[in-house]
Amino acid sequence: MASKVIQALYHDDDVLMHAVKKVRAEHHHIEEVYTPFPVHGLDKAMGLADTRIAITSFMYGCLGLTVAIVMMNYIMIEDWPQDIGGKPSFSYLENMPAFVPIMFELTVFFAAHLMVITFYLRSKMWPFKKAENPDKRTTDDHFLMEIGVHDNEQELTDLLWETGAVEIKVTEKES
Amino acid sequence: MYTFSNRLKIGSFIAMGLGVIFLAIGFLSAPSTVEEAKAIVAAHDDGHGGGHGQEAVSHGGDQGHGESAAHGAEASHDEGHDASHDEHLLHQLQNKPWAALYVAAFFFFMIALGVLAFYAIQRAAQAGWSPLLFRVMEGITSYLVPGGIVVFVILVLSVMHMNHMFVWMDADVVAHDELLQGKAGYLNPTFFLVRAAIFLGGWIFYREYSRKLSLAQDESDDDSNFIKNFRWSAGFLVFYLVTESMMSWDWIMSLDPHWFSTLFGWYVFASMFVSGITVIAMVTIYLKSKGYLEQVNNSHIHDLAKFMFGISIFWTYLWFAQFMLIWYANIPEEVTYYVARFQDFKLPFFAMLAMNFVFPLLVLMNSDYKRVNWFVIMAGIVVLAGHYLDIFNMVMPATVGDQWYIGLPEIGGILFFGGLFVYWVFNTLTKAPLQPKRNPFIEESRHFHY
Repeated sequence: MASKVIQALYHDDDVLMHAVKKVRAEHHHIEEVYTPFPVHGLDKAMGLADTRIAITSFMYGCLGLTVAIVMMNYIMIEDWPQDIGGKPSFSYLENMPAFVPIMFELTVFFAAHLMVITFYLRSKMWPFKKAENPDKRTTDDHFLMEIGVHDNEQELTDLLWETGAVEIKVTEKES
Repeated sequence: MYTFSNRLKIGSFIAMGLGVIFLAIGFLSAPSTVEEAKAIVAAHDDGHGGGHGQEAVSHGGDQGHGESAAHGAEASHDEGHDASHDEHLLHQLQNKPWAALYVAAFFFFMIALGVLAFYAIQRAAQAGWSPLLFRVMEGITSYLVPGGIVVFVILVLSVMHMNHMFVWMDADVVAHDELLQGKAGYLNPTFFLVRAAIFLGGWIFYREYSRKLSLAQDESDDDSNFIKNFRWSAGFLVFYLVTESMMSWDWIMSLDPHWFSTLFGWYVFASMFVSGITVIAMVTIYLKSKGYLEQVNNSHIHDLAKFMFGISIFWTYLWFAQFMLIWYANIPEEVTYYVARFQDFKLPFFAMLAMNFVFPLLVLMNSDYKRVNWFVIMAGIVVLAGHYLDIFNMVMPATVGDQWYIGLPEIGGILFFGGLFVYWVFNTLTKAPLQPKRNPFIEESRHFHY
């Protein structure tokens, strides 16, 4: 279904922030904002829910730690028992200090990589995907705010000009 | 202006009073003869023997053996309780109140020194977020003067053979110990005290001068004092890094004069840094709860808590880097240091790891919790207790061996120096407005928001 949206371009992040606050104060729903770089505080201004990626990161870290422990236990203790540092105890716990760097690295590795992959999936990004941003200039020096139009085109246009937009266009958007 | 609340003042006096009484009991109940020492051990110890070979090792050359490390590792030494052994036991029990005093004195002194380093870094980096907290940091560093003097006096008394904490100070021991003879050029009582005086003099000078410039900046009409302070702080950091490292060798590592670790200075630094930052956060939150420092917002607390979290991990990194290499290589003269801790100090050793690493890691990981004041205070108490135990583990094995116990003298030391610390710090806080007026970054600090 195609929906009618209004797109306002800004070329300063401070102006954009004020515009977002003003539009929200007037109770219009902002569908999306495209920016060339992360704008600090924009998520709060737009009223987006807090990200939960930190929680996934913690879980991935725990997974990495577990993988490291199980893996080192299998490799160094069970499958081919190793005499580590001249202490042939063949016990995981007693040889644990030797495995700490691996436990640490795999924790970080899992947390970081899986978090990035989760982020891509959650943002619906994958290779060869057609870019979603409506205006190429949002990858350079412009900021674009997109608002759904519900028979209030004139009112929205006036409001957006007032907030300091440098360009406004109304388009049909495939969803 | 801050006024010292009466309740806190009285509380600090009571703590000091109790501390003095407990310490006095500790000193009075220390044995003065070998027979008394044996009676004390017989009274509350039956599992005697196992740890003995090890504790002889950690105690360096008390019996004057040249290769004490290799010798003790064989643990072949407790063939009957010979006379030298009994004397060794006596020395350990006599050291107990001294070591308790020294650990607590050093711990609170180290907090002030850690804060001084943090303060100098803020100054040298011209940090924009922290100037609102400068008066709090200056208040805490004021403890350098009494704390430093007390530590220095303890060191002088050790040189005067009032105790046996530093075995290398005993000329008899050195005469029978080739390793100590080799180190005597550096590790001799005179040079030791000269170095201590230089370290303390330098730190206290910077503290007093920087405080003077900081107060002068409020009254002046240009930024010259601020710029001067910046330069002195950068210079101080260079001096501090070298002297702090040497201080840790002198005041702590030389308790085990045969053992050495090349990153010991960093390890002690991490301990004092995290303890110092924790105390800044605690004092700030306390002052805020009393209605002072209105401009300090929860982003400042969040930043301090992030430092507590980060430096706790840094401490663990250094602790583990030191431990793992020694554990892996398993060289007798190095590994005895940890064998003594594993055998006789299991509880404080592992408790310290849990309190200094696992606890802050899990508790301070969540970003929202770092803005909750009571949460930061609770985490801070555990971190401080953990770092007290860390110092305890550095000092006790070499001085009292398996006779350690956290009893009256240890608690008395904490109470006395804790009381003195609180009294001195809050008394200094009343001396100047809690918010700097003319720091060029004060606006940025006021609007600090993350």
